[in-house]
Amino acid sequence: MSSRPASRLALAIAAGLGALAAATGPAPAQELAHSQVERGRYLAIAGDCEACHTDFENGGAPFAGGRALSTPFGTIYSPNLTPDDETGLGRWTREEFHRALDEGRDDEGRHLYPAMPYPYYTLMSRQDTDAIFAYLRSLEPVPAETPENDLPFPLNSRRTVAGWKLLYFENETFYSVPDQSEEWNRGRFLVDGPLHCGGCHTGKNWLGADIDDEYLRGGLLENWFAPNIRGGENGGIAHWEVEDIVEFLGTGRGRHTVPMQRMGEVVAISTQNLREEDLRAVAVYLKSLDDAVREEHDAPEAARLETGAGLYFDNCAACHAADRSGVPYFFAPLDRSNKVLAEDPASAIRIILGGARTQPTEAAPSMLAMPPFAWKLSDAQIADLLTYLRGSGDRRAAPVSAAQVAEMREYLAQEH
Amino acid sequence: MTRELPGVDVVLVGFGWTGAIFAEKLTAAGLDVLALERGPWRDTAKDFATTFAQDELRYYWRHGMFQETSQSTLTFRNNSAQTALPMRHWGSFLPGNGVGGAGVHWNGQTYRFLPSDFVARSHNEERYGRLPEGMTVQDYGVTYEELEPHFDYFEKICGICGKAGNLGGSTVEGGNPFEGPRSDEYPNPPMQMTFSQDRFAAAARELGLSPFPVPSANMSRAYVNPLGLQLAPCTYCGFCEKYGCGNYSKSSPQTTIIPVLMQRENFSLRTETEVLSIETAADGSRASGVTYVDTSGETVFQPAEIVVMCAYPLENTRLMLLSGIGTPYDPRSGEGVVGKNYCYQVMSSATVFFEKEFTNGFVGAGALGMTIDDYNGDNFDHSGLGFIGGGYIACHTTNARPIESHPVPEGVPGWGSEWKRAMRENFLKTTTVGVHGASMAHRSNYLDLDPTYTDAHGRPLLRMTYDFTLNDRRLTDHITPIAEEIARGMGGREVKVNALNGSYDSTPYQTTHNTGGTIMGSSPADSVVNRYCQSWDLPNLFVAGAGLFPQNAGYNPTGTVGALAYWAAEAITEQYMRQPGPLVQA
Amino acid sequence: MADLTRRRIVQSMLFGGTALVLPSSLIAAEYGRGEGMPWSPFKGEPPYHGTHADSFFTPAEREAVAAICARLIPSDDDGPGATEADVVTFLDRQMAGFYGRGQHWYMRGPFAEGTATQGYQSRFPPAMLYRNALAELDAYCRTRHDAVFAGLTEELQDEVLTGLDEETITFESVSAKTFFGLILKNTIEGFFADPIYGGNRDMVAWRYIGFPGTRYDYRDFVGHDGAPIQLATVSLTGRPGWSAP
Repeated sequence: MSSRPASRLALAIAAGLGALAAATGPAPAQELAHSQVERGRYLAIAGDCEACHTDFENGGAPFAGGRALSTPFGTIYSPNLTPDDETGLGRWTREEFHRALDEGRDDEGRHLYPAMPYPYYTLMSRQDTDAIFAYLRSLEPVPAETPENDLPFPLNSRRTVAGWKLLYFENETFYSVPDQSEEWNRGRFLVDGPLHCGGCHTGKNWLGADIDDEYLRGGLLENWFAPNIRGGENGGIAHWEVEDIVEFLGTGRGRHTVPMQRMGEVVAISTQNLREEDLRAVAVYLKSLDDAVREEHDAPEAARLETGAGLYFDNCAACHAADRSGVPYFFAPLDRSNKVLAEDPASAIRIILGGARTQPTEAAPSMLAMPPFAWKLSDAQIADLLTYLRGSGDRRAAPVSAAQVAEMREYLAQEH
Repeated sequence: MTRELPGVDVVLVGFGWTGAIFAEKLTAAGLDVLALERGPWRDTAKDFATTFAQDELRYYWRHGMFQETSQSTLTFRNNSAQTALPMRHWGSFLPGNGVGGAGVHWNGQTYRFLPSDFVARSHNEERYGRLPEGMTVQDYGVTYEELEPHFDYFEKICGICGKAGNLGGSTVEGGNPFEGPRSDEYPNPPMQMTFSQDRFAAAARELGLSPFPVPSANMSRAYVNPLGLQLAPCTYCGFCEKYGCGNYSKSSPQTTIIPVLMQRENFSLRTETEVLSIETAADGSRASGVTYVDTSGETVFQPAEIVVMCAYPLENTRLMLLSGIGTPYDPRSGEGVVGKNYCYQVMSSATVFFEKEFTNGFVGAGALGMTIDDYNGDNFDHSGLGFIGGGYIACHTTNARPIESHPVPEGVPGWGSEWKRAMRENFLKTTTVGVHGASMAHRSNYLDLDPTYTDAHGRPLLRMTYDFTLNDRRLTDHITPIAEEIARGMGGREVKVNALNGSYDSTPYQTTHNTGGTIMGSSPADSVVNRYCQSWDLPNLFVAGAGLFPQNAGYNPTGTVGALAYWAAEAITEQYMRQPGPLVQA
Repeated sequence: MADLTRRRIVQSMLFGGTALVLPSSLIAAEYGRGEGMPWSPFKGEPPYHGTHADSFFTPAEREAVAAICARLIPSDDDGPGATEADVVTFLDRQMAGFYGRGQHWYMRGPFAEGTATQGYQSRFPPAMLYRNALAELDAYCRTRHDAVFAGLTEELQDEVLTGLDEETITFESVSAKTFFGLILKNTIEGFFADPIYGGNRDMVAWRYIGFPGTRYDYRDFVGHDGAPIQLATVSLTGRPGWSAP
């Protein structure tokens, strides 16, 4: 699933060890022991379960499911995770819950659609899933029927997932890489396991599976481009320090940028509630990921740079500053922004058209909003502006065309 | 039959600066607080975005930022011999509307009144003898020292940018040497001054005066306030006062308080709801809640344990009169209190026209300026002058918005080729030295209910009877020449004096500093509320805003309005909540 | 409690900017209750500026108004005037809209003349004030000078306008002085307002006086120290330099 620099032998040993752990019997009898529930709650926060399994739009109860998740293949509704006997996990066993996260099967053995990120959760151990299960069992049972999925034939049959899993799913157990620090390994476990960063930040093939070469180099989801988050040499966040990553995830603010839209959701529900040492571990791991040297793009045509510069100065400088240095923690600096410079400009186009705002968090309750420019700037103007921003620094990204902007504008018109 | 809603602990009438302050403090103390705002929800990116906030016609001339007179206005006359007529559209002042109120479109000039301002009557009588008959100047009942921690806190909530002149009793270079003692420096350094301020400061120093930077709510740098809210650096855009700020660099309820309030489960806000009256319990011992109407037209009764009036001095006064709370002021007998001591501001200026130098007025901000306090309050000897009080003299650069600001020298006609040429030649080369004078209370200036004109709900409009007084004229005649003198020292080609002449004219803009009507004091015989801003008549009714001022000082009111709101909120949480009832024995 | 708060934070960010409706079916928009700040993309209040179809004046009125504006802010050697700025189109649209109707003003009676300090007291909102005044103006000019206002020489036009301002010429149905004050004020508005409102065409007036327009960041220029600042003039909908030629 992910490009890990370890040997197959280590994998085999670990699989064996994992099997050994399972064979030693069930978890301690105190299923709802406070410490077990707390451990499970923490892992559920890391896994961001509440985000998908709560129907926020219609005021649904937490974890009671029913949120519509739009995938390239259709709409899937998240199930009810509260311990309701009829509509939730009330009658599930620990084994069945583990199998769901580890193998992607429900209590009746049917395949789960990988919109549920079990290809990542599979890294969690039996102890981890038992703890999460204990936490979910401690919640108030909420009767809530899960709506029928809206998928076209043949995807509406779960049997088609079997084929997908055959091609793309590996049931893995996490193992530590011996010559890396404990902190690095913890970071890798979190990133590739519960936090499932690759779920958005890794490029997908036409069947929605991760492309190994695109591990954390950015991915498109619901027409948002989640940027390259490799922090090593040539990576999208190469210019970030470990502290920057910790701050971004922990407070929803950062020197370089702030989480917005979907990532804002992740920070609000998940990462701002994680322990700082875990965020550090994630940061240390991300900083270790080098990337290939980026394709060198030519400087854009002078005419486009000129109009783009004028557009920038007249429209954007009031927040992002005349020299694009912004106001750190408020208005992102744009000269090395991995949103602006992403290979796929979808997010940048979308933000200019519709606006965006900072995620209010415990540490930073302000909602600083960028207004929409859709009514004010034409497709050609937005294209020139982005071409200027992407073509003016030492790292250059490809120009943007008016047609790309028009396409996004049309997509958004249908969404709203 | 008016529908009755479930009760709440606190109802706030109006949701501008004071509404936000009370809401934050009272919800933090655990009370269930409901704010009712007549206007709409407003927030930065939706309503004052950098993409369209710079629209002179829409926001100022077509009143996009302000209360709609068709919804509510007042009638005006200079004196009791005249018939008051409606202010059909705004002129001299611009009441706010919607969430944030005038706290959205204010300049941001944030001062503390002087210690002597709070005891204007006793201080001036002690020094200069008995005040003339008819001057109804009074002491506030609260002192500067008592308010000092609340001034400090409001300044920190707003992130005021300035330089202290008196820290703990010691004078500090660069600040206001006349100010009351401060416990702490300003939370942010002063703004960066421009050419006009530099010339003003030099000219003022030449005359032995002490210029200092105007304490500003336009940020000199990025700031995080005590509630964790972020304010960005001001970009000197020149669309500050009368407009909403598009990049979070002006303190307002939206930027400094509201986002935190919105996270609190015990706070709620209803917009587009107009409070029609404050209801009194049958036995007359307390307020029982408010009656309001929303855009459906339905009238509902909202019960509450505590009612706080945060609807601006004019509306607060009117609501008390309409609700029959307190004794209305009668100007003939001088009896009664509600509506009494209406005051305003005494403004004059000297415009400097430069020949070669560009003042570039468009590089400006609402509170960007240098000022002197040498002629404010009782900072100078008034012996033999025949007036009390004073005003600051300041040189601001706030804007060069062409519809509003296109000064021409003396003798230029009002239209035609000569006017056009003079307007172009001078557009970027002028600045103004302004006097911001105190307005002392007088028995003939007051607010009451109009006998003829009504609002959309059929309720009488407020009637304002106001003209400049002898004190005002002597004050302005004394201080305007000093402004002129400073102006003449600034190196311009010519100076044009805009003196205060004739009666108060409600048509040209002057300030939105309407004070009085619900004044605070030490006795129910001469005030509407006690020193804790609590009604003498109904102990669970509190009043906020500049309506509390028995008279207006020579400063912008908002700093003192904020301090009094925090002072009163503390009285509610620390005293009233522990023992409901009158906090002062009459 | 922490869970609930987190949920509320998320709730506010996922679904847009509109208010909740309480179960008790209040009509009033209600905010707060821990729901956070409302926001959704594309929400905003861009300027309403009417359409090109908005029109109030009759052809004769339009001619008269254009002629008046041309005297108030003339075109001359020093630069463009109300004619180049197309102020008459601005006024036409304004009179056709809420401003002309006096919709936002308090226009209830009774009406009385009022003192000089009591402001606008006409029973007519601006559009009808114009209509009545223009009719009387042209009638006056026809009687005295055998031509409507637009047909007079510039000298005579100035004379008539001065007469309105100084009240040597009066009207029956409305105050001539009030009309003069209003049209002068509106002409200045039309000359200097953003071009989206129909006047200040191509920002001609702003460029004439050196106003840089709808800019929002002058941090790099605060230290100008009296020197001129050269910046291209820009309006709410941009300037020529925003698009390639």
